[in-house]
Amino acid sequence: MNFRKSMLTVALTSSVAFTAQAGEVEVLHWWTSGGEAAAVSVLKSMVEKEGHTWKDFAVAGGGGENTMTVLRARAVSGNPPSSAQIKGLEIHEWADLGFLSSLNTVAESEGWKDVLPEMVSNIMQFDGEFVAVPVNVHRVNWMWANPAAFEKAGVELPTSLDELWAAADKLKAAGIIPIAHGGQAWQDATTFESIALSLGGPEFFVKAFVEHDPAALQSDTMIEAFEQFRKVREYLDPGFPGREWNIATSMVIRGDAAMQFMGDWAKGEFSAANMQPGTDYLCLPFPGTENMFTFNIDSLAMFKQRSAENVEAQNTMARLVLSPEFQETFNMNKGSIPVRLDQDMSGFDACAQASMDTFKSTSASGEGLVPSMAHGMSTTSAVQGAIYDVTTTFFNSSMTAQEATRQLASAIRAAQ
Amino acid sequence: MSESKTADLTSVAMTPRRNSRMGDTLAYWMPKLVLSPTLIIVLVFFYGFILWTGYLSFTNSRMLPSYDFVGWANYVRLFNNERWFVSLRNLAVYSVLFIVICLAIGLSLAILLDQKIRAEGALRTIYLYPMALSFIVTGTVWKWMLNPQVGIEQFVRSLGWETFRFDWLVDPNFSIYTIVVAAVWQSSGFVMALFLAGLRGVDDSIIKAAQIDGASRFMIYTRIIIPSLRPVFFSAFVMLAHIAIKSFDLALALTGGGPGVSSDLPAIFMYQMSFTRNQMGLGAASAMIMLLTVVAILVPYLYSELRTKKHEH
Repeated sequence: MNFRKSMLTVALTSSVAFTAQAGEVEVLHWWTSGGEAAAVSVLKSMVEKEGHTWKDFAVAGGGGENTMTVLRARAVSGNPPSSAQIKGLEIHEWADLGFLSSLNTVAESEGWKDVLPEMVSNIMQFDGEFVAVPVNVHRVNWMWANPAAFEKAGVELPTSLDELWAAADKLKAAGIIPIAHGGQAWQDATTFESIALSLGGPEFFVKAFVEHDPAALQSDTMIEAFEQFRKVREYLDPGFPGREWNIATSMVIRGDAAMQFMGDWAKGEFSAANMQPGTDYLCLPFPGTENMFTFNIDSLAMFKQRSAENVEAQNTMARLVLSPEFQETFNMNKGSIPVRLDQDMSGFDACAQASMDTFKSTSASGEGLVPSMAHGMSTTSAVQGAIYDVTTTFFNSSMTAQEATRQLASAIRAAQ
Repeated sequence: MSESKTADLTSVAMTPRRNSRMGDTLAYWMPKLVLSPTLIIVLVFFYGFILWTGYLSFTNSRMLPSYDFVGWANYVRLFNNERWFVSLRNLAVYSVLFIVICLAIGLSLAILLDQKIRAEGALRTIYLYPMALSFIVTGTVWKWMLNPQVGIEQFVRSLGWETFRFDWLVDPNFSIYTIVVAAVWQSSGFVMALFLAGLRGVDDSIIKAAQIDGASRFMIYTRIIIPSLRPVFFSAFVMLAHIAIKSFDLALALTGGGPGVSSDLPAIFMYQMSFTRNQMGLGAASAMIMLLTVVAILVPYLYSELRTKKHEH
């Protein structure tokens, strides 16, 4: 008895001593699907190699909705995890409430400002302090096409909106569903923002979806964008409402449908079906958006920690996340591209390389790199939700385009 | 010494009486003591949080609760929101149809079952069975059945009726009715059980007397049995009304509020505003409006029902 007790004490003290030397990182995330989970476990082993402990706090489901509820409860009770998957302007909302800690020492020693595009580092900073670390970059304005379907209908791949509708007519005549789409608010918004970008260009996009300029929101370009958006409906199958995006992707994989407008996370579905980019499926920019890049960046925001050891562990993890090794393994698994401009892309597939080229050229010239509205990069969740409501209502009703722009402007004003 | 002895004596003499008084006190306080945790929980977690929500609806709370007072601003924004009106209209359509159809089907099933038929127990279980499922399951199953590409429409077409159309689920003008269909399927069996219990409670001698007086079967039902089921109507109505107003999981699983926002309900609106769109103030305001709706419908009904009862007895 005595012996066991003393052993227990030894075990306890040693474990306490261990955690006192090395910190602990607790990471709240929803990377739970196959490839994503594998990618996260890489980060875990890297953190553990540095002598810190990793506490996984994965909350599955709901595209992060459940996660945010858990996070809020923990933050309010004064016990936030050291890091959480928060993205876009939501980072600023958390930082504004004083929950996030500064990563400036790591950022300076690692030269984050030199390796990250300015647009990206602006999102990661609040009041000049880095409070979050970017993990990857998704390109949203992609079109995924099944070349066999296009061949069967005898049409060329479209590079402009007019060509798109012409091609869609022929595909429909050939008995192929032209566009695979899932009727959920975020998917509607994803298609809508690509059409708006194609019609109005990056400047208009920024005016409307970042600055919410009322003139741009009610402009003729926006009316035209809604009218073109309505056209999409003519080329869908009747079962589209409520469909998940990956079911829509599988329609393209099987060749039932010819194309899908979706971000590059769709690539994972093609890879899982053993299809090769360039031959079995094609990744093309959304028609009319060749040199433009709508980005959607996943990031880990860092919460203030009480103990110095945990701060140390937190800084270590932030450094590792942006290390070229992690960037490579994570993004190969996730289908996205690394966020570092100096990353070696030789191991990536053609789609990722094309994506990286556009990412580099747009961030160098400063033109064409725009934050995605549909994925919470350009605006707060309140305004984003307001835009969702209008676009999805328009898409599923007979509302006129003029009425839609009027509602869009008033809904955004009300949500601000 | 002697003093303590007398004290002892008196205490011995007093003991039985004091014991019985203690027993009385215990009997008096015990129920209150046992009930008090429940009472406290109800006070804090229902009424306390209702008050807190009411307070939040007057603040500029966004991601987390804040206590900066903004007056009626959230209510103004709520009633300028197109989607809120869609959800209110949907709630009206849904709850009226749901309650009326459930009562009608429940009553008919109960009357038919009450005809002293064979295998009544088995039939009763079958009708009652949907009640055992959660609304999420009901929603998912009906989502497949109503899907035009895999469900009923596809089935009838495969039988040879090529032009058959049943695409309410994907039609924004009809999507709210699919929720009514699924909810009625789930809840009418329960209403039937309530009515069946009520029917069994009707005094046989009254029916016999009516038969002797030469009343037809139809007349017996419309004049005697159904009017005497009034308390059952009352409880069924109260239960169905609150199921209707708090409906959330069924709509979310069946249509997700879609297509677009065409089958949105106030509960979904409230959830999205408060928890996914960082507009807690607006969400709290919508929750208060929902509460007031329930109160506005139930209180007059409760009042009239309970008052007439007092008269009768």
